[in-house]
Amino acid sequence: MKIVSPYAGLAKMLTGMEGFDQITDGGLPRGRTTLAMGGAGCGKTVFALQALVNRARQNREASIFVAFEESTAQIVANAATFGWDLPALVRKKLFFLDARLAPEVVKAGEFDLIGMLNLLQAKAEDIKATCVVFDGIDVLLSLLDDPAAERREIYRIRDWLLRTGLTGIITQKVGGIDRDDRFGFLQFMVDCVVVLRHQVVDGSAFRNLRVMKYRGSDFAGDEFPITLTSEGMQLTNRGPTELKYEVSDERVSSGLPRLDNMLQGGYHSGSNVLISGAPGTAKSTLSGLFAAAACERGERTLYVSFDEGAAQIVRNLQSVGIKLAPHLNSGLLKMFSTRTRGPNVEDQFAALRTQVRAHNPTCLVIDPLSALSTKLTHLASADAAQQFLDFLKGERITVVNTSLMDGLATDEATATGISTIADTWIHLSYIVQDGERNRALTIVKSRGTGHSNQVRELRLADDGVSLTDVFIAQGKVLMGVARWEWEQEEQANKKRSQTAAELKRVHLRLAQAEAGARLQVVKTEMEARDAEIGVLALAAGSESELRKTDRAVLRKMRHADEELGPGPKKQAPKASHTKKKSVKGAA
Amino acid sequence: MAKGDGKKRALHLRLYIAGNAPNSIRAVANAKAICIEHYDDDCVLEIVDMLEQPLRALEDEIIVTPTLLRLQPLPVRRVIGSLNDTGQVLLALGPK
Repeated sequence: MKIVSPYAGLAKMLTGMEGFDQITDGGLPRGRTTLAMGGAGCGKTVFALQALVNRARQNREASIFVAFEESTAQIVANAATFGWDLPALVRKKLFFLDARLAPEVVKAGEFDLIGMLNLLQAKAEDIKATCVVFDGIDVLLSLLDDPAAERREIYRIRDWLLRTGLTGIITQKVGGIDRDDRFGFLQFMVDCVVVLRHQVVDGSAFRNLRVMKYRGSDFAGDEFPITLTSEGMQLTNRGPTELKYEVSDERVSSGLPRLDNMLQGGYHSGSNVLISGAPGTAKSTLSGLFAAAACERGERTLYVSFDEGAAQIVRNLQSVGIKLAPHLNSGLLKMFSTRTRGPNVEDQFAALRTQVRAHNPTCLVIDPLSALSTKLTHLASADAAQQFLDFLKGERITVVNTSLMDGLATDEATATGISTIADTWIHLSYIVQDGERNRALTIVKSRGTGHSNQVRELRLADDGVSLTDVFIAQGKVLMGVARWEWEQEEQANKKRSQTAAELKRVHLRLAQAEAGARLQVVKTEMEARDAEIGVLALAAGSESELRKTDRAVLRKMRHADEELGPGPKKQAPKASHTKKKSVKGAA
Repeated sequence: MAKGDGKKRALHLRLYIAGNAPNSIRAVANAKAICIEHYDDDCVLEIVDMLEQPLRALEDEIIVTPTLLRLQPLPVRRVIGSLNDTGQVLLALGPK
């Protein structure tokens, strides 16, 4: 990050502590004096020494370290934990002046630092040094036992630095037992004051750095978390305010073809994938798939696991057909297993950064990131996870993080820090029904890729991991045996309804046949009636003819000429009727 | 400043100073006085000006000026300061 500074004229000296150089817009003021103050064990000496080491390594500039408190041997030994190769630097670019006074030295009057400064000047010219550190000068000056004299010597150093044009770093203890504000004036005298703090919160140690003053320069005045790693002191800056990453349209496989399909091609290269879910929902399995797929493609991969050993992870993944061992052997895959410690996650992220730099992976798995993020209770560490993920994004590493979460709604707050920075969020959950627990996979979000809104069942088997469609029935998602049962039921139902339809068809045909038959009967009946009607008509015609004939015959027989009424004709049936009745009565 | 040639003298002193700084001027005067008054001027007093020979102090691990070294008799003893406190100086240098 380079901000165009209004104080462009002020020359600066990079300390090599990336974060510090960022917050001070270029490091310490060159040719001026910086005061590094703090309590015991807060890293004053490391801060100063690291600046010198960086000058030597990056710029081939020589420096002088005046140690009033520790011997050269002690300092070199202490710094051995940092990969600085100090002994080599001591021979070439770093001159240590052991400025401790032996306890048996007798003090007989007032002294000054004129001789020493002259010596340093000669040495600086000799080795072409540009920077001088006075570490723990209070130890020597306290022997003067005179505040005025102490102040005089400090000013002598300041003036000497100005005269020689050397960049000075003076360390100063604060919070000491006896003389608290004895060197308080130092803060006003120097051009830049860096305050280091080491505090304990909830039993965990936190280190912070704050730039208290910086004449003629912009600086970020907040307290920043610092960590001591194998690379030295690191300051975690919140990073540039403007987020600028190179983005890629390339996709990388999740290791599960169906999931790639759901994401319309896989994860975005260089993106951040969050896999959340309850314990045992196969978060690690999905991570393992991703790692294995990356290695298959020949990409360097780092698998970071918390609270679970690498060997155990490899074995467990083997049980679902994911083979990591060959890649571990080939060196393509590196597994880094560590234990979550106290709430100070800053140190842990620093360690991860070191691992990332060492292995230089394309793909990274952190399983689970929530091991760290749930401990983000301390304000200074609150956005540590986010900063780390930011860093990874800058390095264009595709990251799969897992996060322990029981439900989306309830624990969203805990995971917010990560879930907002995650580009793709896959949630795994259990669906418990009919005495079973089944794993369901959903894609909560995926920036920049189309993605399925479907729930899929995640199935683990000896031969691998697969995703299966789930059934929706009666408003419920069916999985596992219930899904199988539903499938069976569905088939049976189909058969049943087929049979039922066949039966109905037969019935209908029968009814149709019956109706046809009835129609025939009616038709025949009609014909019969017609015939009857015909017969009736015929019969009626012949009777009247007969009657006419009969009357004529009768008339002829009676020789009567008048017309007879129907009386006698009706008389006859009446008689027979009466007769019948009497028969009935007799019976 | 060397004194007592010929005789084998036990006391060999070396005084590191820084030019004309007040403490240094005082120390030179005090050292001379002590030699004369307490050791019968029977000692070797070597004066090294760190403004002229800055790097020489490295060998003797000199931090502050003035510093008085008792090189002989052994062991080496160091006295820092302007040597105003004669009692302390004599204690460090030992009896005649």
